[in-house]
Amino acid sequence: MLSGSDTLSVTGDRRARLTRDAIGVLVILALGIAGYFLFPNNLALLTRITAIALLVLSLDLVTGYCGVATLGHAALFGAGAYGAAIAAAHFGIADPIAMLAVGIIAGSIAGLVSGVVVLRAHGLPQLVLSIAIIHLAHEAANKASGWTGGSDGLAGIMPDAVFGLWQFDLWGRTAYVFGIVLLIVVFVLLRQIVRSPFGMLCRGIRQDPVRIRAMGGSVHGTLVRMYIISGAVAGAGGALNAISTQVVGLDSLSFTLSAEAMVMLVLGGTGSLYGALIGTLAFLWFEDVVSAANPFHWLTIVGALLIAVVLFAPKGLYGSLASYFEHRGRKNP
Amino acid sequence: MQTVFSIGVDAFAYGMVLFVISIGLSVTMGLMRVVNLAHGAFAMIGGYIASYAARDLGLAYAVAVMLAIAGTILIAIPVERLLYRRIYGQSELTQVLMTIGITFCIIGIANYVFGPTLKTIPAPDALRQPISLGFRTVSAHRLFVIACGTAVALGLWYFIERTAFGVKMRAAVDNAAMAAALGVRTEVVYAVSFAVAVGLAAFGGVVGAELLPIEPYYALRYMVTFLVVVSVGGAGSIPGALAACLLLGAIDTTGRYLMPEFGEFFFYLAVIAIVWLFPRGLAGRAE
Repeated sequence: MLSGSDTLSVTGDRRARLTRDAIGVLVILALGIAGYFLFPNNLALLTRITAIALLVLSLDLVTGYCGVATLGHAALFGAGAYGAAIAAAHFGIADPIAMLAVGIIAGSIAGLVSGVVVLRAHGLPQLVLSIAIIHLAHEAANKASGWTGGSDGLAGIMPDAVFGLWQFDLWGRTAYVFGIVLLIVVFVLLRQIVRSPFGMLCRGIRQDPVRIRAMGGSVHGTLVRMYIISGAVAGAGGALNAISTQVVGLDSLSFTLSAEAMVMLVLGGTGSLYGALIGTLAFLWFEDVVSAANPFHWLTIVGALLIAVVLFAPKGLYGSLASYFEHRGRKNP
Repeated sequence: MQTVFSIGVDAFAYGMVLFVISIGLSVTMGLMRVVNLAHGAFAMIGGYIASYAARDLGLAYAVAVMLAIAGTILIAIPVERLLYRRIYGQSELTQVLMTIGITFCIIGIANYVFGPTLKTIPAPDALRQPISLGFRTVSAHRLFVIACGTAVALGLWYFIERTAFGVKMRAAVDNAAMAAALGVRTEVVYAVSFAVAVGLAAFGGVVGAELLPIEPYYALRYMVTFLVVVSVGGAGSIPGALAACLLLGAIDTTGRYLMPEFGEFFFYLAVIAIVWLFPRGLAGRAE
């Protein structure tokens, strides 16, 4: 849907692309700094938004860029969260960078497994496989309570100071800065990946897998590789969540989280990294406001929001804005 | 032996409930190619209406069932007109989003109107007693459910294979554009099929309320089960759906009886295994 403007940027000037990426990074950085000073008492929420943003970015890689509809993506996020938490609680790996690495590896493995399973089928069976995966992961984590703490959650995660310099404090300042830096690093890496020939191949597969196969591309292999990358990103998000909240619960492996991540992605706009970020920010901010007012109607509102997006803004917030400005730009050159 | 027998009866009854609810989903999915995640929500609405009619208004069970079916169809018609119409022929992701949005809305509203507690549908006395089969006694309710499932399967088979409407419907399933060109009014076919599907869902929701208890998260909890039945059976195939329901009912009930602490673990494992082995469904056709 959004590939029009992105395709132009590939054929266009390299410098313009780098400038756009630099602007994107600066905007994230500016928002991050603004958040730090405007909401000093809400840093925990902002860190959670950052962690979920990583999950939604990772979902965007497989859904937006590869066209794989999945309702089980939280399995990758939960794998990262539990990976990092188990490393800290059972093996005494308390260095946050090491925990992050464990989370990324756990997420990649989960990405590999669920990618291989989900890509086995197409259409409805694919969707069913993804839902079965998230339920299976949820049940497994619930049963393996010796490792995961079961429904009580896994507590007792005490991360050391970052690089031995910055201790995690009660107000979550260090965790927040850690999260924003992580998000920017991931964002820059993903911009490179989605623009690389590999990223273009993925987009080609979304548009016409038969043609890619006829051209000699490996559809399945490419998608599995993208799934592993996506798993690494989601795992990083999960690890960030484990490090910042110091507890991991079964909700990080739930169907609801998977479905909500999908809602955020679609709200922002699929097939664009900016859309994923905007969607997450808008959804979680909205959730915070509404559930503070009345938690009971939250599900109804999410449902109505989804229907409204499908009916009135099928390209999502970012996509609609982008095409609006593109349209206007064409009118007044 | 007693255990094996009661597992068998329960599994059969459970499979039949699954069949009654999901066959409508299977037919509409084969016909309109809509991935409808909100199908379970309609079964839930049927259950709520029946519960309200039978428990709060004190109406007879049969009346409550009729009211549930009629009421659910009445609720579903505007939803179909206003929302489903717009997603026919759209991408799968769009359909998933729209129907999951509808599901969330219905759950939220049901929670608001009826509260989060379980709702029972008081059955008539005749269905509460055990019935003796000579060598074993069986709950009459289970037999009733099995009879309902069999009746629905036979009735649908007759409807689709033997009536003029069924011929039009099968034509529309195979090639909607060609059927329309030959004078079949496909919108009418779609509307009637959708109404039948929703009515069957409501019927299954009411009849199966003892096995799948009515509560607000019903629609989400069993959503995957109904979808699994369709994707395992192959969309639009009655024998496929029946086989899938009985197989999944057997796996789920056996798992619950023998290893209750593992909950749905084996069920989902079996789902992954079955879809892995038959990515197009048991009776699915190559596209």
